[in-house]
Amino acid sequence: MNVSGYIGNFTAEIRRKARYVDPEACTACAECAQVCPVVKPDEYQMGLSSRKAIYIPYPQAVPSSYILNMEDCLGTNPIACGKCAEVCEPDCINYDDRDIIVKRDVGAVIVAIGADVYDPTEMDEYGYTRFDNVITSMEFERLICAGGPTLGHFVRPSDHERPKRIGFIQCVGSRNPSIGRPYCSNICCMNTIKDTLLLADHYPDVECTVFYQDIRAFGKSFEDMFQRSKEAGTRYIRGIPGDIEEDTETGNLTLIAENTTSGKIERHEFDMVILSVGVGPPKDLAKISSLLTLSKTSDGFFMESHPKLKPVDAPTRGVFFSGFCESPKDIKDSVCQAGAAASRAGALLNAGQVHIEAITSVIDADACKKCGVCASVCPYGAITWKKGEVAVVIDAACAGCGNCGAACKFDAITMRHFTDAQYMAQIRAILAEDPQDKVFVFACNWCSYSGADMAGISRMQYPASNRIVRTMCSARVSEDMVLEAFRCGAPVVLVSGCHYADCHYITANRQTVQRVQRLWNKLEKAGVRPERLQLEWISAAEGQKFAKVMAQMEELRKTVTEEEIEYTIEALKPKPRKPKKEKEAAAVAG
Amino acid sequence: MDSDPKGDGLRVGVFVCDCGLNIAGTVDTQAVTDYAATLPDVVCAIRNRYTCADPGQNEIKKAIAEHRLNRVVIASCTPLQHEPTFRTCVAEAGLNRYLMEMANLREQCSWVHPSDMEGATRKAKDLVAGAVARARNLQPHDDLSVPVTKRALVIGGGIAGMEAALELADSGHQVVLVEKEASIGGIMAQLDKTYPTMDCSI
Ligand SMILES: Cc1cc2nc3c(=O)[nH]c(=O)nc-3n(C[C@H](O)[C@H](O)[C@H](O)COP(=O)(O)OP(=O)(O)OC[C@H]3O[C@@H](n4cnc5c(N)ncnc54)[C@H](O)[C@@H]3O)c2cc1C
Ligand code: SF4
Ligand code: SF4
Ligand code: SF4
Repeated sequence: MNVSGYIGNFTAEIRRKARYVDPEACTACAECAQVCPVVKPDEYQMGLSSRKAIYIPYPQAVPSSYILNMEDCLGTNPIACGKCAEVCEPDCINYDDRDIIVKRDVGAVIVAIGADVYDPTEMDEYGYTRFDNVITSMEFERLICAGGPTLGHFVRPSDHERPKRIGFIQCVGSRNPSIGRPYCSNICCMNTIKDTLLLADHYPDVECTVFYQDIRAFGKSFEDMFQRSKEAGTRYIRGIPGDIEEDTETGNLTLIAENTTSGKIERHEFDMVILSVGVGPPKDLAKISSLLTLSKTSDGFFMESHPKLKPVDAPTRGVFFSGFCESPKDIKDSVCQAGAAASRAGALLNAGQVHIEAITSVIDADACKKCGVCASVCPYGAITWKKGEVAVVIDAACAGCGNCGAACKFDAITMRHFTDAQYMAQIRAILAEDPQDKVFVFACNWCSYSGADMAGISRMQYPASNRIVRTMCSARVSEDMVLEAFRCGAPVVLVSGCHYADCHYITANRQTVQRVQRLWNKLEKAGVRPERLQLEWISAAEGQKFAKVMAQMEELRKTVTEEEIEYTIEALKPKPRKPKKEKEAAAVAG
Repeated sequence: MDSDPKGDGLRVGVFVCDCGLNIAGTVDTQAVTDYAATLPDVVCAIRNRYTCADPGQNEIKKAIAEHRLNRVVIASCTPLQHEPTFRTCVAEAGLNRYLMEMANLREQCSWVHPSDMEGATRKAKDLVAGAVARARNLQPHDDLSVPVTKRALVIGGGIAGMEAALELADSGHQVVLVEKEASIGGIMAQLDKTYPTMDCSI
């Protein structure tokens, strides 16, 4: 899939995957699957049963049609088996089916790519791959389901006996910073409570024990379910097991856990253990992020425009979030968010027209020296240029990052509403008095400036020496803007932007890096300590990092002497401009 | 568009917000207001209790008319929250939306330097000076207006994608729903019973 364009005017290129079975004609009679000789693990049943190479994902699947998995098929070119096509009465199997790309223009995009359920293999202490009778809560769903591989008879994998003593371990793959998953997955406490109630309902003699850190049962009617689970006999023990031992003869499992209420190390034996797994960001998050220039919060899920006031809007206008992919949530919250996203998208579609901020780039055709640098740095391909011709900006495609403006060596580009003149005036005014006391900060709108806001919202404290100026992108910060701050006497200048891979303007901040590197060289040549110019990536979620960096900058500032500043002002004085003719000749020669 | 239709040169108005005690609790907003009045081309500097509230906005509109302001600086909270609010406010008073500039005294001064009133106030003054300098260079602009294609794309066919798609379709919009698996349904289709109602998921 590919998406290009901007609010109100996106174009999506979608790969319609070959199904090899005509979904309109298929009657889901299952004749084909009966004759198919290939046997594969059934993903829907979590591999607890098998399916054929031609199969229906599950009986209620939509579309209600079989599908042929070409990777599993014995071969169609030449036809190695061909049994399914022989028996298909409506004749809907077509081995020559191919993926096709369909193109659709759309005005709004809703991203609802869900989450990935945690795979506990890496937490070897729980022996998920070593012990048969350790399963995940997702596998539990299939085992207890009447449509599952055991037709709802709840048996344990090792001996197909019904387990009586069942242990649940909470927060597997959640609230665990050591595996990079510090957040609460939101749904697993309630899911376990649900499971204990289902078990108690099916098998009154079952004994459930739940090991937990905290039980998070905060939603409507959740506390009631929790109390019912306890009344049904479920034991809740506060403490997460550190280890599981298996009795190889019986397949039974012993959990070793510190009961944090009593402070004692306890051993508990079970017939079966269920790992209450959390969820993580979906696999395709990075891919969708780069298609739509989205960012993620520190937990790895998509970042919304504002955590309270714009919870379903993406920072990219015209894009909205729904469901798991924004943060772990249950069905009710997913449905609520879906409604909100649909209503936000609907309002945009209904409006018929949309205003785009006038912060685009403008090229002065007279000043343009036709070098093409701007076109080469534009992450959006919004500048057209041919050798020997003046560069032209496509207004509607320009996202307004300002990268081209900073890159043009001939002052031919003006960024609407973020002009050089405006920045220069601002820099000079801020540093007019006692510049030696000030750390000068350029912060990009989407990440670092928002990170500063986050520090504020979280009431983090840091030294008051910094002065922050907002640029849309860190790539808007031209060499001259940095040099001007030094010329005005700033002891330290910081350029800050989105993390390298999370730039709101796709790849614009790569130019930031190059520009800062060039500046470091320049400063060094001029005899100015290069470390007085700093570069930091601070995301919108990293208020704490912002505060920390501000404290570091203040420490750095204290090392800069009055003499150094005086020298810098002198050393960076702009050279008297070459007369115009000479300059033009130099440009042509260069 | 003319930024100075009456030809009276630059006339900047500065509005300093207390934000209740959110800003005024740490930043000496009166000192900032007095300082603002001394900056070049500033013809009025006014302190408000809550600039974003109706009385605050009305004060801005009144001052624009009374002092024939052609640039407005609002020293309050982060532009990421209230820039749209204040742009609309100045536009309602007949000023181009782009002739308004903000200085962030709350998120960048009072909330982060609560134990350094002097430092926070100094910083606030500098940010206002910077904003006024920038405002003096602002130019009026027209937003670009582009048509919207009346169709939505929903990526992901789990409960969250399906619900959003149905909702949009119900309100009469065309929807393209893209699912990478063979069937829509997502994780929920794999669940047996679901809390809190304990009913079937499919
Ligand atoms: C073990 C477990 C038990 C649960 N039990 C309950 C419960 O009892 N009650 C409750 O309220 N909630 C429960 N939940 C939570 C519930 O599953 C979620 O709230 C719900 O599934 C979220 O829906 P979604 O559409 O956001 O995500 P998903 O269900 O993950 O759906 C996302 C969809 O997007 C598709 N997709 C992904 N990437 C792409 C791409 N690049 N292009 C196109 N399509 C893509 C996926 O294939 C999938 O179909 C449980 C969750 C788990 C893990
Ligand atoms: S919902 Fe419960 S089990 Fe899941 S991560 Fe949060 S606290 Fe742990
Ligand atoms: S970088 Fe400047 S001079 Fe070069 S083509 Fe672009 S606008 Fe013209
Ligand atoms: S580089 Fe940025 S500002 Fe310049 S044309 Fe491209 S998107 Fe617009």
